[in-house]
Amino acid sequence: MTQPMLEAETLSVAYGRVEAVRGVSLTVAPGRLVTVLGANGAGKTTLLNALMGVLPARGRILFEGRDLTRLPIEARVAQGLSLIPERRELFATMSVEDNLKLGAFRFRHTARGKDGGGDLGEMYRLFPRLAERRRQQAGTLSGGERQMLAMARALMGRPRLLMLDEPSLGLAPLIVAEVMRMVARLRDEGVAILLVEQNARAALQIADHGYVLDGGSVVLQGDSRTLQGDARVVETYLGSLSVDEALPGRTASGR
Amino acid sequence: MDATILLLLLQDGVVNGAIYALIALSLVLVFTVTRVILIPQGEFVAYGALTLASLEAGTLPGTVPLLLGLGGLAFLADCAEARHSLDGRTLLRLGLRDLVLPALVAAAAWILAPMKPGLLIEILVTLAIVTPMGGFLYAVAFRPLAHASVLVLLIASVGVHLALTGLGLVFFGAEGSRTPPLSEASFPAGPLLVSGQSLWMIGLTLAIIVALWLFFSRTLLGKALIATAVNRLGARLMGIAPSLAGRLSVSVAAFIGALSGVLIAPLTTVYYDTGFLIGLKGFVAAIIAGLASYPAAAAAAILVGIIESIASFEASAFKEVIVFMAIIPVLLWRSLRSAPIEDEE
Ligand SMILES: Nc1ncnc2c1ncn2[C@@H]1O[C@H](COP(=O)(O)OP(=O)(O)O)[C@@H](O)[C@H]1O
Ligand SMILES: [Mg+2]
Repeated sequence: MTQPMLEAETLSVAYGRVEAVRGVSLTVAPGRLVTVLGANGAGKTTLLNALMGVLPARGRILFEGRDLTRLPIEARVAQGLSLIPERRELFATMSVEDNLKLGAFRFRHTARGKDGGGDLGEMYRLFPRLAERRRQQAGTLSGGERQMLAMARALMGRPRLLMLDEPSLGLAPLIVAEVMRMVARLRDEGVAILLVEQNARAALQIADHGYVLDGGSVVLQGDSRTLQGDARVVETYLGSLSVDEALPGRTASGR
Repeated sequence: MDATILLLLLQDGVVNGAIYALIALSLVLVFTVTRVILIPQGEFVAYGALTLASLEAGTLPGTVPLLLGLGGLAFLADCAEARHSLDGRTLLRLGLRDLVLPALVAAAAWILAPMKPGLLIEILVTLAIVTPMGGFLYAVAFRPLAHASVLVLLIASVGVHLALTGLGLVFFGAEGSRTPPLSEASFPAGPLLVSGQSLWMIGLTLAIIVALWLFFSRTLLGKALIATAVNRLGARLMGIAPSLAGRLSVSVAAFIGALSGVLIAPLTTVYYDTGFLIGLKGFVAAIIAGLASYPAAAAAAILVGIIESIASFEASAFKEVIVFMAIIPVLLWRSLRSAPIEDEE
């Protein structure tokens, strides 16, 4: 067995007295794509925020054997963790290009930090839409473009573990498929991925392993083949095929 | 009041307004990045003026021991902040920044002061003494409160202002000081006589504005400051620590404050507590600009300078009152026009 890249041990996060994540343990092996599924309010966002240091958590978070539990966000970024948050948190009044350049802020002392090295051109090749809009303010982009920018900005920081919080949220089905392809490709390039999704079908298609979160606890886990075939998952999260095909991008959980 | 007097007053107002503009820009910068309303900005102005006057007189400025003391406190605060990842390298970096750097500046001041090396060198030494104080104060007083509300930060800010005013009295005494002008020349311009000093003031103000603009639009560090102001969480997720941004912005404010002090020192006698009133006028301009817009803050500052100069001619006993009352219609207009702002975070 290889050593896990990310390891969370009995993580708990509370908002005041309400526990939103209860004793969650999960691991991501190097180069793997792991997905966390769950309905609205299951605690997925809370879990990712705790892993990134946005929220304080009880329990332990290890990244390549180092204990991150008490480190601030910036220190985790420096280790190679990156989070694309649910609300994207772009720099709305700044240009697309400035958003991208700031993505490489952690390399500012190296040659790569100077204008993002070759990475800026690479991002424009990967996301031609962003190249067209490089001078436009990020706040004026469409939802899909914003998601592209959030991804490209995160990639400018060359993360070794990329966490994505519902990248399909609010996107048209065609774009969802494209985003998922891109995530899968990143994994093939060696980036470990932790993908949080409500769109279980799309996520399980590309994931190696999955966890199902409900009420803040892991209720089910397994490799994605098994989960795709699991009766509970099919019933709760994948829904009947006909509905899902009629309205792709939606789950049967009511959104 | 005839046209010539009006022109004179306008000239005066613009020159004073230039200083208020520098202060207003610093306040906008610090507020947008850290949410701190930097009341002690005026103290940086006074320290700049008094430090230059000491050097001019060939004595070691009182700000030197203050700088060393603040550096020591900042070192302790930095170690406490970094306690979860404190290794030898970090310790060395903190020691260099908080202890060695101020010691070098102090040594330079100690060697240079008795030599009376001339105005230019003295100004550089002044800036080197006052600028690092900004970062130290941020680390000691504001960073530990980074998660507090704007109101708590304001209270801390008032506390820092009071402390710095008191320390100013301890280190500089109650006497005021004045320095020789940057230039003795003067140039006739129509009915007016424009002094070299006022040209310096306007020129340096413009230079600072251009430098700030270049910093924000051309450098990654400058963009990181704006990013922090625009979206703090987004910036942190890019690895931009709020403490880095805060430290940098307050240091820039201290630099601009000290330079403002250098510029006003020849015009008026500066006492340990003179900075407050000057800072307050910059504050009025910053408030008119909603603590958000740099161009609006600079324009409002020039307006404040002109109002002040006309008020001091027409009703000199009430000049401060008139200046500070200018804020009321603006606040009314703002509160009628804008929706209530949610207290973020
Ligand atoms: N800032 C907050 N304050 C209080 N409760 C919250 C907050 N954010 C989320 N919660 C609660 O925590 C639970 C988990 O939320 P969240 O992690 O956002 O779920 P998910 O991302 O799976 O939709 C929900 O019950 C939600 O109401
Ligand atoms: Mg969520």
